Amino acid sequence: MSAQVRTYTIIFAILLALMGATIFASFHHIGRFNLALTMLIATIKAVLVVLFFMHVWDSPRLTWLTAGGSVVWLLILLGLTFTDYGTRDWKPNPLGTHPVLLPELESPTPQPGKEAGH
Amino acid sequence: MHTPEALSTDDPHGHTGLEFAHHFDDWQQEYQSKSLGMWLFLVTEVMFFGGMFLVYMVYRYQFTPAFDASSRLLNLWAGAINTVVLLASSFTVALAVHAAHLGNRKMLVRLLAATLLLGVVFLGIKAYEYSEKFQPGHQLVPVAGWAFDYHGPEPQQAKLFFGLYFAMTGVHALHMIIGIGIFVYLLWFARQGRYTGGNFVSVELAGLYWHFVDIIWIFLFPLLYLVDRS
Repeated sequence: MSAQVRTYTIIFAILLALMGATIFASFHHIGRFNLALTMLIATIKAVLVVLFFMHVWDSPRLTWLTAGGSVVWLLILLGLTFTDYGTRDWKPNPLGTHPVLLPELESPTPQPGKEAGH
Repeated sequence: MHTPEALSTDDPHGHTGLEFAHHFDDWQQEYQSKSLGMWLFLVTEVMFFGGMFLVYMVYRYQFTPAFDASSRLLNLWAGAINTVVLLASSFTVALAVHAAHLGNRKMLVRLLAATLLLGVVFLGIKAYEYSEKFQPGHQLVPVAGWAFDYHGPEPQQAKLFFGLYFAMTGVHALHMIIGIGIFVYLLWFARQGRYTGGNFVSVELAGLYWHFVDIIWIFLFPLLYLVDRS
């Protein structure tokens, strides 16, 4: 068995073990860490496939840059979208955190008998 | 740019005698250009699937109970077996590329055939899974007036999950079908020895595509089947 074939076999075994680990983890409730853990395992599997099955490990720097670039653009897509969706239920700043702005926040008490404006 | 003397020493694979297209300086340059082109195509594919993963993430974040309950209705073991099948096919592809590098025609043909077989098994299991979702009484098809027999929380939002399930696995299966087509082509010419005379580039590029489709499944499997099984 050549060194190359040995590498592929080891990577294949690791990939199968990680798949077992991710199924095992999904049967145990560990709160919101479930998603983080499964995504971490999936990412490790993807990196192993990219580096060894797709030979990026011993590829020219341009290939590293191209493969890495796809991750960067994907993170921009996901990250910027979640700055919106991930923060929609955030509470507005409670009053008092910006004392200087407080007078501006108070709505003027309506005067009886006077219309707004003139 | 390269003098013939420099070529013969610069070329680590010793491919100086091979034919290359007339608009390239040498074989090595053609090889690197094709490889880069394939990688750039895969980057566009990452963004293509990335859009669907984004929609999935947003809805999962907003409608967690529906996604938890819907995920449990998928056939976990069919998905797990398919993961093993696809990982195994990536393994045979890696070995096939290795056989092409070595110039071993018999080995290459066998490994390409094994990959094809695993690809067909994957699609067969996928078809079985889809047919389960069309069974009367257990129908879970959120489109075109099909029944949606879902009895968990947030039934309207569960339709989003199954819509995404069919869209994402469907587009992935389409990629598998295209991959199988490419590998039938490769197998045909590999038998004639086209790729084992040192010109392994086509096998390598098809291999990159196959591994990419495998990576998509590596993310699809936990996101669709393993949301919360506890």
